[in-house]
Amino acid sequence: MRQIAIYGKGGIGKSTTTQNLVAALAEAGRKCMIIGCDPKADSTRLILNRKMQNTVMDMAREKGTVEDLDLDEVLLSGFKGIRCAESGGPEPGVGCAGRGVITAINFLEENGAYGDDTEFVFYDVLGDVVCGGFAMPIREGKAKEIYIVTSGEMMAMYAANNISRGVLKYAQSGGVRLGGLICNSRKTDMEFELISELASKLGTQLIHFVPRDNEVQRAELRRKTVIDYAPDHPQANEYRELARKIADNRNFVIPTPITMDELEKLLMDYGIMEKEEAA
Amino acid sequence: MSTAIKETQKMIEEVLDAYPEKSKKDRAKHLAANDPSGQCSTCQVKSNIKSRPGVMTVRGCAYAGAKGVVWGPVKDQITVSHGPIGCGQYSWWSRRNYYNGQTGIDTFGTMHITTDFQEKNIVYGGDKGLDAALHELKELFPLAKGIGILSECPVGLIGDDIEAVSKRVAKEFKFPIVPVRCEGFRGVSQSLGHHIANDTIKDYVLGKGELETSTPYDVALIGDYNIGGDAWASRKILEEMGLRVISQYTGDATLNEIAIATKAKLNLIHCYRSMNYICRHMEEEYGIPWMEFNFFGPTKTYDSIRKIAARFDTTIQEKAEAVIAKYKPLMDEIVEQYRAKLEGKKVMLYVGGLRPRHTIGAYEDLGMEVVASGYEFGHSDDYKRTYPELKEGAVVMDDATLYELEEFTRRLKPDMVGSGIKEKYSYHKLGVPFRQMHSWDYSGPYHGFDGFPVFARDMDMTVNSPTWDLIRRKK
Repeated sequence: MRQIAIYGKGGIGKSTTTQNLVAALAEAGRKCMIIGCDPKADSTRLILNRKMQNTVMDMAREKGTVEDLDLDEVLLSGFKGIRCAESGGPEPGVGCAGRGVITAINFLEENGAYGDDTEFVFYDVLGDVVCGGFAMPIREGKAKEIYIVTSGEMMAMYAANNISRGVLKYAQSGGVRLGGLICNSRKTDMEFELISELASKLGTQLIHFVPRDNEVQRAELRRKTVIDYAPDHPQANEYRELARKIADNRNFVIPTPITMDELEKLLMDYGIMEKEEAA
Repeated sequence: MSTAIKETQKMIEEVLDAYPEKSKKDRAKHLAANDPSGQCSTCQVKSNIKSRPGVMTVRGCAYAGAKGVVWGPVKDQITVSHGPIGCGQYSWWSRRNYYNGQTGIDTFGTMHITTDFQEKNIVYGGDKGLDAALHELKELFPLAKGIGILSECPVGLIGDDIEAVSKRVAKEFKFPIVPVRCEGFRGVSQSLGHHIANDTIKDYVLGKGELETSTPYDVALIGDYNIGGDAWASRKILEEMGLRVISQYTGDATLNEIAIATKAKLNLIHCYRSMNYICRHMEEEYGIPWMEFNFFGPTKTYDSIRKIAARFDTTIQEKAEAVIAKYKPLMDEIVEQYRAKLEGKKVMLYVGGLRPRHTIGAYEDLGMEVVASGYEFGHSDDYKRTYPELKEGAVVMDDATLYELEEFTRRLKPDMVGSGIKEKYSYHKLGVPFRQMHSWDYSGPYHGFDGFPVFARDMDMTVNSPTWDLIRRKK
């Protein structure tokens, strides 16, 4: 069983990319599972064709404690038998969402949610690694592979570099490795070259460049992945390609994060940022 | 530099020798030989800084300072420990701050009330649970005059907005609900908790009460927590002097008393460490002068009575002398009775608040000598007040470790050690007479003329108990 965590800047398309690539894996007959680690609980919507109603933490709150939960209540099956769970958590501004992720993952693990036949477990994690809770999926014994979703926009690259730092920390203690960057294209200038260069600076690879296509949005509106909604569309093949590359990936590294100055220089070298702006 | 200081310094160095280099360097700053003159530059201890990990400090936390010391004794308000169960459970009625009243009707000091955080409260926030708890309390105890919310660590970590809940519910209940941000991880000891609690008194209660009549002799008794009835003993003296005690902070206090302290003509502060903040505030905002005093042992008590009286007119001064004249024969009798048995006995103290310096005079009245003294959470102003009280060459220790306490005991061979519950049993094992000087070892009061006979009896009982001879003393 391979446990894979997907990180990236908020709004970069982690959930969409994860669900599409998992749908492609499932379509190819692989046994997959997605664990949403985000209080918004929208990591499984395209697989279940509706928003997950029974998140682990919401159910635990309803029942009193997490010990009163049954696995069946929070683990649902969606497209091609993909198993889905969401940690859930508080509305913005209250409580501790990080603790919710920790509690939910512990619950799923202790109750054997992963099963014997699961080949891939994907953790779709909220935004940046802001606290210990959101690092939970990459801590000891869990995800050993990380993919970072990014784009040619500076802040997305900045986040990717930051996340690499988090991975570096746990690489030393927990054995987690970076599997590559996934570029979810925003159609910025020289995006492919820029992210390829960033990947090499981080000591990893640009595993796949996912072009921008409105078919993704059309599918999302219908609460579906492109694989499910328009299997013959070229965009579906992009996700199939990404899925194949991840399944075949053997390139796992301890990342070498760069400094802010180096990152700015990179942007300047590719003409994205003028020298004056950087000053 | 005197030989006494040099010898003590040498002994301290020997004790420190057991430490690794870094710890040794750090701990050396907290231990000194006393120089009452304040001339010796190396005789000042460093204080109020973070304890070194691994040294087994006996310090408490901000929650302990705010709940256990300052807010806990206020009797007609309900104190809620907001967070998981442990903090409230293990600090439940452990401080013996006596009060009058009917528990559950108009006083709530012995109750342990907590919001009992579960995992879901951490993840989803505890504000709704807090709101529910406040409403339950109002229904269960309609005569309560207010509620204090004492934050435990997780509340600060998850950012629960207890201020918003307090504000909303206080408006509804029409009484004070005081949110106290005393998360245990704040600060280096319980000391910050005192400060935080003082600030909440200022922000939520002070100045909001009514006092029907006013006299020129109105005083507030600040920093007396009525341990074993201490504040009652102190109040008695002040009243016999002709003063009117309008407020006690916070032993046997009501919320209204806390509010009306601003009507006092003079604030009398016993425990400077825990309540100087509110005194300074009342001085700045309300122009109320404050003075420190000491009601431990007859010598210091007479002295303090005269100093307090000097702040008032001749009526009070005459009465003060009458009070001293009345009690002096009684006190002399006590000294006579116990001095023979206690003369020359050596005492080592390691306590908190005011006791490391304030009790020295009481021991000296009994012919005893304090050879070492120290504070768990004192600041430099506490030590400045301590140096002149101690003999030259006495050991001054700040945030002492159990190892240091044991070593000093072996070397100084005190006849009695006065410290807290955490030290008590290790001293029992060492076979050294010990008194728990935080809660008076289930005795008291020790303040004033009522307290001194009890103090003298207890010290005699401790030092001269035949029990110690039955314990094999560690060589």
